[in-house]
Amino acid sequence: MQDIIQLKNLCTQVRRDIVRMVHAASSGHPGGSLGCVEFFVALYKEVMHHNPSNFNMDGKNEDLFFLSNGHISPVFYSVLARSGYFPVKELKTFRKLNTRLQGHPTTHEGLPGIRIASGSLGQGMSVAIGAALAKKLNGDKSTIYSLHGDGELQEGQIWEAAMYAAANKVDNYIATVDYNGRQIDGDVDKVLSLGNLKAKFEAFGFTVLENNFGNDIEKVIASLNQAKTYLGKGKPIIILMKTEMGQGVDYMMGTHKWHGSSPNDEQLQKALAQLEETLGDY
Amino acid sequence: MKKYTYTEKKDTRSGFGAGLSELGKTNPNVVALCADLTGSLKMDAFEKEHPDRFFQIGIAEANMMGIAAGLTIGGKIPFTGTFANFSTGRVYDQIRQSIAYSHKNVKICASHAGLTLGEDGATHQILEDIGLMKMLPHMVVINPCDYNQTKAATIAIANYDGPVYLRFGRPTVPNFTPADQTFKIGKAVLLNEGTDVTIIATGHLVWKAIEAGEQLAAKGISAEIINIHTIKPLDNDAILKSIIKTKCVVTAEEHQMNGGLGDSVAQLLARHNPTPQEFVAVNDSFGESGTPDELMTKYGLDTVNIVNAVEAVLKRK
Repeated sequence: MQDIIQLKNLCTQVRRDIVRMVHAASSGHPGGSLGCVEFFVALYKEVMHHNPSNFNMDGKNEDLFFLSNGHISPVFYSVLARSGYFPVKELKTFRKLNTRLQGHPTTHEGLPGIRIASGSLGQGMSVAIGAALAKKLNGDKSTIYSLHGDGELQEGQIWEAAMYAAANKVDNYIATVDYNGRQIDGDVDKVLSLGNLKAKFEAFGFTVLENNFGNDIEKVIASLNQAKTYLGKGKPIIILMKTEMGQGVDYMMGTHKWHGSSPNDEQLQKALAQLEETLGDY
Repeated sequence: MKKYTYTEKKDTRSGFGAGLSELGKTNPNVVALCADLTGSLKMDAFEKEHPDRFFQIGIAEANMMGIAAGLTIGGKIPFTGTFANFSTGRVYDQIRQSIAYSHKNVKICASHAGLTLGEDGATHQILEDIGLMKMLPHMVVINPCDYNQTKAATIAIANYDGPVYLRFGRPTVPNFTPADQTFKIGKAVLLNEGTDVTIIATGHLVWKAIEAGEQLAAKGISAEIINIHTIKPLDNDAILKSIIKTKCVVTAEEHQMNGGLGDSVAQLLARHNPTPQEFVAVNDSFGESGTPDELMTKYGLDTVNIVNAVEAVLKRK
């Protein structure tokens, strides 16, 4: 394992990238991005076996990740860049004309690290299952990972996919839910309650793990590693990961207001003052 | 008029099933997915021969499209199978984002297209699928005319890298194209050379265009007949070449006038060679229950409608 201090420093730098990117673009989704920083850093720096310097679409004998809630592209792009998939300086092109860093992730512009377009919600679990089935057909023992928003679980296709994964023993697959309890219109419980999410996924046939500390890098790594111990046991796996939307920027926390809003100049400075530049800004 | 004969009528969906079965033997990367319509899509042979490469998805078409997109990551060539209605309108956003925009090598294979689905009625008789699919950037749209051509098309699309919509149907129709044909995506088939009018037909309307050509010949009208099995990319050169000669055109298809083959031809001609055109197509209407033949007659998709359209367009030259 890398030094925890290094990973925490990376998390802080990724948070700086996120707020600077959405500020520069005057658009984007900082809230969920900030909340999932530890997850992405854990996945790309500690958990997955992958090959950033030689990206290819098929990713044979590599672990693959699919972002289903594509609007949190800022954290995805930052961690991909800082893992070596493309130059860190390219982060400044986020959402600008002719960029590979489209508002929502896409394969269309050939950005290394992206294997499917996402943004229209609810599609990523199906795609992840397809990739998991391809791994099995190819005799490839690698693992498929995916991330989903909790609000996204209101989409019906998620439950079509969940039913399929359990019925067909897709057990080389670990899904994670960003369980921050907030969506555009407010609290998930008020917009459309998910009810007992753990019981729902258990009833669908998943091994369900809970991590109530999704912004603690050590606990995120531990829960992903725990999930890996359930691979190959005949059931798909899902982690319900509690996070704080806007984590790391005080005025973005405790509210859904920063789901899809960008900070102004003053707000940016206020955010950056809380996030030390650890590894160098892009 | 060149004479066309056939020894039997067969359904185009069986051509798909035969093509898929052959692909299963020759291309280990081909996999098939079905949403609880294996028998209707004639995918049972593939399922029996390659159970490890066949995925029964259940009645969950959105999930099927996503899984198909995912299977391409790792080099598989997925063929999805369900009715045309559930292959397009029901899953348009999944196809748009996860397959078309993501440029995934998925073959969307759609049976029971159009009115000839018959008695099940308008809920299942999609007449908008060609339009929906051709609007998606870089989507290839193919609608073969008989069993042999559907089989050849099924085999051909496995060798094309990119998303394809393959449309076929339920009824038996004359199987008149050669069993050993080479299917070339985007290449029109000139069925009859003529001088007075160009008839451009696709799918089940191709045989009716041949019948119309024979009736017109008896009236002294020389019809050039083109089988457009690929609506996108359209064989612009073949159409423009014919129009220079005949100076008028009739398009014929089992689809809405809006968004169909006729639309594509009209756009081509408007840009390059404005030409009088008549449309044999469903005119802004849903279908209904009935036998395929009854419906094709009631909705104006019969041989006589092509003949009448030719006579109308000749007066506009």
